[in-house]
Amino acid sequence: MHSPSKWFAIVGAALIGLTLMASAPSQPPPPSDDEVNAIAHQMYCPVCENVPLDVCPTEACAQWRATIREKLAEGWSESQIKDYFVEQYGARVLASPPARGLNWLVYILPPATFLAGAYILFRAFRSWGRPAEPQTPAESDSKVDPYVARLEEELRRRS
Amino acid sequence: MTDESALEAVPTPKSTRWGVILVWVLVFGLLAVVGLGLIRTQQGNIGVGARVPDFQLTTFDGASVNMADLRGQVVVVNFWASWCIPCEQEAAELEMAHQQLKDQGVVFLGVNYVDTEREALAYLDRFDITYANGPDLGTRISQAFRIRGVPETYIIGRDGRLAQVQIGPYLSLGQIVASVTSSMEE
Repeated sequence: MHSPSKWFAIVGAALIGLTLMASAPSQPPPPSDDEVNAIAHQMYCPVCENVPLDVCPTEACAQWRATIREKLAEGWSESQIKDYFVEQYGARVLASPPARGLNWLVYILPPATFLAGAYILFRAFRSWGRPAEPQTPAESDSKVDPYVARLEEELRRRS
Repeated sequence: MTDESALEAVPTPKSTRWGVILVWVLVFGLLAVVGLGLIRTQQGNIGVGARVPDFQLTTFDGASVNMADLRGQVVVVNFWASWCIPCEQEAAELEMAHQQLKDQGVVFLGVNYVDTEREALAYLDRFDITYANGPDLGTRISQAFRIRGVPETYIIGRDGRLAQVQIGPYLSLGQIVASVTSSMEE
């Protein structure tokens, strides 16, 4: 018959083993296509302009998507991956240009144009809503302009 | 007083006048930006006889090659990519030309355009390419040369001016050697 201390030792060892197994770092799942495409959708490959990276069928773009997958698997964040691509291939790979230099125009001009348009419309609507200014009587014109006065005089005589 | 002169006499509020000026400035600014972009797009490759801009290539080994340091030598700059099938047609011939001409003051440089490092290194290994090669970081070098695609090869004379341009792959070793030799004589 086994002594109780032996049983304790066996149970203790089993518990420690189970605890270690549970705390062992598990392999994270590989990045899904959706995760890769979510980043790829924000980039354009300079080789095939106007086609987002997530749907571009060329070999170059397939390599880029593989690079995104690798970086995600290594634990890189979205912004780190985008920074890496900008460093490697230039800022034009980004769907939204970084807000610096002349790029600011892209961000400033549309809202500025919209605001200017809204202001012009506001002014136009306000002026249409105002009651019309009283018409200056024709008589006063005739006082000012001798030609009009003569014309009216002529018309009065003929009628 | 006529109707026209009466209209002219109506005073324009100052704020409206400044608003109109601002709108015109914005419109002309936008047109200028678009126009400059179009001019740049239509410019095409750097022309033969033009001074080649200085650039720095960091090779895959980490070495740095500066164009300014290569003045007095004929420099062959080849833009390529591992995904570019036509580039493969000339890869082995470029290496052969490098071996043939390296002792005659001719430097070959490979600029890897929009590529991933692993595939680029595999390509260099596949074609046993030994001359200096590096990635076009930020596509700065290709933009300076205004390349339209790959492969493109630029032969720069001893005076730092562009002597020859080859758009598309070279068809033979003889064609590469002939181009470089004629650039050496210029």
